[in-house]
Amino acid sequence: MARAQKPTDVSGVPPEEAPDLTAAPQAAQAEVPPELVAQSLGQYARAWVSRIRAGESGVLPVIVAMAVIMLVFTAKSPVFLSPVNLVNLFQQSAVFMVLAMAEGFALVLGEIDLSVGFVGACGAAITVQLVQPLTTNWPWWAAIAAGLLFCAVFGAIQGTLITRLRLPSFIVTLAGYLIANGLFLYILLLGPFSGYPNLAGFSNNLHVIYFLMWGSIDPNLSWVLAAIAVLLLGGWMWISDHRRRTSGLVAPPASLTLIKVGLIAVVAIVVVAICNTNRASLGTLEGVPWVIPIVLGVLVVWTILLQRTKYGRYVYAIGGNPEAARRAGINLPLIRTVAFALCSFTAGIGILLYASLLGGMSNNLQGGQYVLYAVAAAVIGGTSLFGGRGKPLHGVLGGLVIGGIYNGMFLLGLTVEWEYIVTGLVLLGAVTIDSLSRRGAASGSVTRV
Amino acid sequence: MTAAVAPTPATSEPLLKIRELDKHFGPVQALYHVNLDLPLGQVTALCGDNGAGKTVLTKCVAGIYQPDHGQVYWEGHPVHIRNARDASRLGIETVYQDLALADNLDIVQNMFLGRERVRYGLLDEDSMERAAAETLASLRVTTVRSIRQPVASLSGGQRQSVAVAKAVMWNSKLVIMDEPTAALGVVQTKQVLDLIKRLRDRGLAVMVISHNLTDIFQVADQIAVLYLGRLVVQDKASAFDRQSVVDYMTTGGSSRIVGARTETN
Repeated sequence: MARAQKPTDVSGVPPEEAPDLTAAPQAAQAEVPPELVAQSLGQYARAWVSRIRAGESGVLPVIVAMAVIMLVFTAKSPVFLSPVNLVNLFQQSAVFMVLAMAEGFALVLGEIDLSVGFVGACGAAITVQLVQPLTTNWPWWAAIAAGLLFCAVFGAIQGTLITRLRLPSFIVTLAGYLIANGLFLYILLLGPFSGYPNLAGFSNNLHVIYFLMWGSIDPNLSWVLAAIAVLLLGGWMWISDHRRRTSGLVAPPASLTLIKVGLIAVVAIVVVAICNTNRASLGTLEGVPWVIPIVLGVLVVWTILLQRTKYGRYVYAIGGNPEAARRAGINLPLIRTVAFALCSFTAGIGILLYASLLGGMSNNLQGGQYVLYAVAAAVIGGTSLFGGRGKPLHGVLGGLVIGGIYNGMFLLGLTVEWEYIVTGLVLLGAVTIDSLSRRGAASGSVTRV
Repeated sequence: MTAAVAPTPATSEPLLKIRELDKHFGPVQALYHVNLDLPLGQVTALCGDNGAGKTVLTKCVAGIYQPDHGQVYWEGHPVHIRNARDASRLGIETVYQDLALADNLDIVQNMFLGRERVRYGLLDEDSMERAAAETLASLRVTTVRSIRQPVASLSGGQRQSVAVAKAVMWNSKLVIMDEPTAALGVVQTKQVLDLIKRLRDRGLAVMVISHNLTDIFQVADQIAVLYLGRLVVQDKASAFDRQSVVDYMTTGGSSRIVGARTETN
């Protein structure tokens, strides 16, 4: 299928004939994403291997990490790969995934947000308090909107301080962490719940919040929805790649597009098959949990925002070179403030899922630890701590790794201190890979000037 | 009663005329009564020692600084360039020494940064890629492997080419380049100099700021020298040799006679 493709070189000269005047063409080749220069699957694979050798590993470390986690925990505990536990793992990971996507907004800008855990906790506590039938009894959608609005406003205030007063994001969000921690405890103590507003009880609004994590879609409907999602995504990928190929623009070979669509379909089938197994010891509990489409929805919306809109382009530009962005006429303070607001807003979704998982809100929430998990998940997934690089998908993959460690260590009966130590080591490893690949790229540029 | 004062033909009117331009920062007089003409289809080299005022003059034209006195004429009309947007609206694009490219974005994304094409609220990548490819091809920038590669993977000369292509993409008429060949190797420098000649052949006015006399004599049609904030000489390049340019840069005058020359100060 690849034989009729035009060369991607802008001059119309095949890449082999155009002289590469760079002093170190090997190094230059290594940094080019393989899909840009490869005309066939074989070339693509070779380019990919050379990139990995050069330290540009992409999502490979996270895939390797997932495989290692799966092998180690399966060997140690036969329960690990059981459908019950895998669904459990998805649910636990969902919180990390959404928090990592939140942190991604700050990381891509080259900033950090330490407040995500407790700001999200405030939002979730507001939601859980507002739906209580004994007190306010708000409808679930209004309560969720109020909680998320609080988060967005909190984030916007932090962003304003960081951008207008030029305070370091590290300090502003550290202050925000403490303030939000206090507010969280204050909100918990409101009403007659002794600090533990929960989601048990007979109220439709309580049920909806509880079902965010624990509700399941009917198994047959799960298949239908999964098929629709794969068809839409696959069709869109195929059509856009095909259009680019036929109009001579840079595009991956057709076989690669097909492989990608195929992989998505396989993942969807495996996930739905696992979720549709009956996982109750008594009675029936089957179907895809609501949380999976919720996380996918956040992923799709944020991916479109960051990759396909002007706003997202400017976020990356500011993360890569703020001065270039400023000269291009981009309103830096506005873009960055909105990014901090979106970060806190997404954190609100993440901790709301946590509240649903827990069946309520309590002061047991380790907001500080969740920040570290969020940063760890984003970085493990491939987001750079140095700004300019990272996608929402990285947060989802990294969240799955953190969730896998969390879940597996619990199954092994390892105590919480080991969980901290292993997660810390994984974070260190991820940051090292990030830093090394960055240094490799930088030294490569120097040799070619 | 004679008809000797004939109106100047429109073609000989310089694209940009600077008259009696003054700029000071506190007690420091950075520019003093500067007169400069930049005609279309010519490369003007602006030389001067460190602190002579080259960058200040550039920034006054690019709208970054406001001159204290003096007048700038664009295509014969007096204009006030208040900011960078005014400058690009007129057709003035500046390529700074640091190039202002985002390393993490690819060539197309950098060329359209701040002026993205949008369809249905989403970025129209296909149309931007096509336009960027056309511009690069017209400038014969052919050494890049793919216009979708991140700028981080480009060589110094290629980066300079991308920055220039970004500047000429917007129907600009005047391209100002600040030290375009500094920090470049021999091959890269040749690429960039060829690119400058191509801009001139397209009929653009180009102003190149450089210390490198070898490069200047390779591309410049005319040379202007700043000395301590004064524009001491502007003439066609054939009126100079290396020694006379160095004399002007270091002392503000030269006793060497190379060709017909008109000193302005």
